[in-house]
Amino acid sequence: MDPRVLLVIVAVFGVMSPSTFLTTGNLTNIAQNVSIWAVLAVGMTFVIITSGIDLSVGSVLVVSSVVSAKVMESMGDNGWSTALVGLGLAVVVGVFWGALNGFLVAKANVPPLIVTLGTLSVALGVAQIATGGLDIRSAPQVLQDNIGYGRLAGIPAISIIALIIVIIGGIMLHRTRFGRYTYAIGSNETSARRVGINVDRKLVQIYALSGFLAGIAGILSLAQYGTTTIAGQSLTNLNVIAAVVIGGTSIFGGQGSMFGSMVGLFIPAVLQSGFVIVGVSPYWQTVAVGSILITAVYVDQHRRAAAVRGG
Amino acid sequence: MSPRFEARGLSRKFGRVQALDQADFDVEAGEVVALIGDNGAGKSTLVKALTGNLDVDAGEVRFEGEPVHFATPQDASRLGIEVVHQDLALAPHLDAAQNMFLGREVMRPGVLGHLGFMDTPQMRKRSAQAFTELGSAVRSVVTPVGSMSGGQKQTVAIARAVAWADKVLFLDEPTAALGVIQTRNVLDTIRKVRDRGISVVLISHSMPHVLEVADRIQVLRLGRRVATYRAADTSIEELVGAMTGALDPKEGAA
Repeated sequence: MDPRVLLVIVAVFGVMSPSTFLTTGNLTNIAQNVSIWAVLAVGMTFVIITSGIDLSVGSVLVVSSVVSAKVMESMGDNGWSTALVGLGLAVVVGVFWGALNGFLVAKANVPPLIVTLGTLSVALGVAQIATGGLDIRSAPQVLQDNIGYGRLAGIPAISIIALIIVIIGGIMLHRTRFGRYTYAIGSNETSARRVGINVDRKLVQIYALSGFLAGIAGILSLAQYGTTTIAGQSLTNLNVIAAVVIGGTSIFGGQGSMFGSMVGLFIPAVLQSGFVIVGVSPYWQTVAVGSILITAVYVDQHRRAAAVRGG
Repeated sequence: MSPRFEARGLSRKFGRVQALDQADFDVEAGEVVALIGDNGAGKSTLVKALTGNLDVDAGEVRFEGEPVHFATPQDASRLGIEVVHQDLALAPHLDAAQNMFLGREVMRPGVLGHLGFMDTPQMRKRSAQAFTELGSAVRSVVTPVGSMSGGQKQTVAIARAVAWADKVLFLDEPTAALGVIQTRNVLDTIRKVRDRGISVVLISHSMPHVLEVADRIQVLRLGRRVATYRAADTSIEELVGAMTGALDPKEGAA
């Protein structure tokens, strides 16, 4: 989707309600709301460019935060060392589930949709078994104070962390060989294999990256909400996928951009905030996002067909 | 002196089908050899066997006189042997330069290179250079290959192969899907590649093209080389006769 659409939406709300919409407070609020999804969207962009999909990100986020919250709770103190152990654990758990996804996709040849639908269920189940279905309502104070509610120069710390991850992810995707192979696999897997790219290993790495980021998102979510959000992530995967696709990443693989995914992430968030401010029922946001998703893919398909004809 | 690349007595059975039956093959340096035969004669199987895409039951492959065994296509690549498959195997979303260097990216020097950063300007420059040398119609190295014409795609695929094949280049039906002018360009490209001293093996169904560009023509029938002709001394009738078995030529007529 054309990034200018986002500017137009911002401009429309800005004109309709300049004194509330275009305030630092509201804009930081929007940024804070999309931060965790942004981290997940980085991994999702890689995965979808390979023509895959990762439905398990929400569940992996939950299971990572559950494991890490349990251990941090048992350690009992609220300091940075506990928080670091928690972060390490969340990341390890995330990478485990991601690598499992990748292994099943690459080596067992089960379609990504099925693999990650399966691990979505299994990972969530594991989290529920581990907790009896009850959220763990504790996170080290340092995490909540510094990352969940912390600010740097007025900007939420969680948004700064997300931004750094997005930038690193964008550089990896667009400037490094790892990113180039991600596009190549999605564009023509046979060709990638013929030139000697180890496609299976790359796929495992890419799904593991998505899991790694879901682990980080797990810790960020713990810091932001102070609780594991076991029942709260059931639509996270779809929201992140919608953002990536609205951002112009092709579900058929081979094309997409990190910048696009971020635009795709902000469109729903800005609409949500804008509707509330101008007094439209926020339920319209859901209607609008769904319509934008379909329109974005429709326009994209047409442009692509035109490009092929033009050749 | 031994040929640059040769095979003796290659045999391969698929179930009860004898795809290759004691097949021989040879190509000299700076020579275009056409490989012709009816459907099912074993052309594709032979090419696969020669380029590390298929194991044989029996027979020997020699490269510059030395026996070689290719377990993978990469083994063949290392010796400067490349194949342009009929489906070209290009990544349509990547541009010409990206396709050209796919799997062999030029990295930035120093630490950045170790971190995985690529030297994009360098790759673009060298791609543009390669296309110019082949006198190609590919004008932009930053256009996605998917939006190019069939002839341009073919040129990208050939240029990519030639950039890495300094010994032997296999071309599988390179003109099958092309128009008249594009075919002309590809045939010119084949000559230019040969003039660099590279051995070109051309698999084609088109007798006029084969006669025009090849130096020698080897005919396969029922998994075996049944005849070899000098292109200058043969005709379409003779070739078709050898392919179908209507004529029964002696092996090694040329």
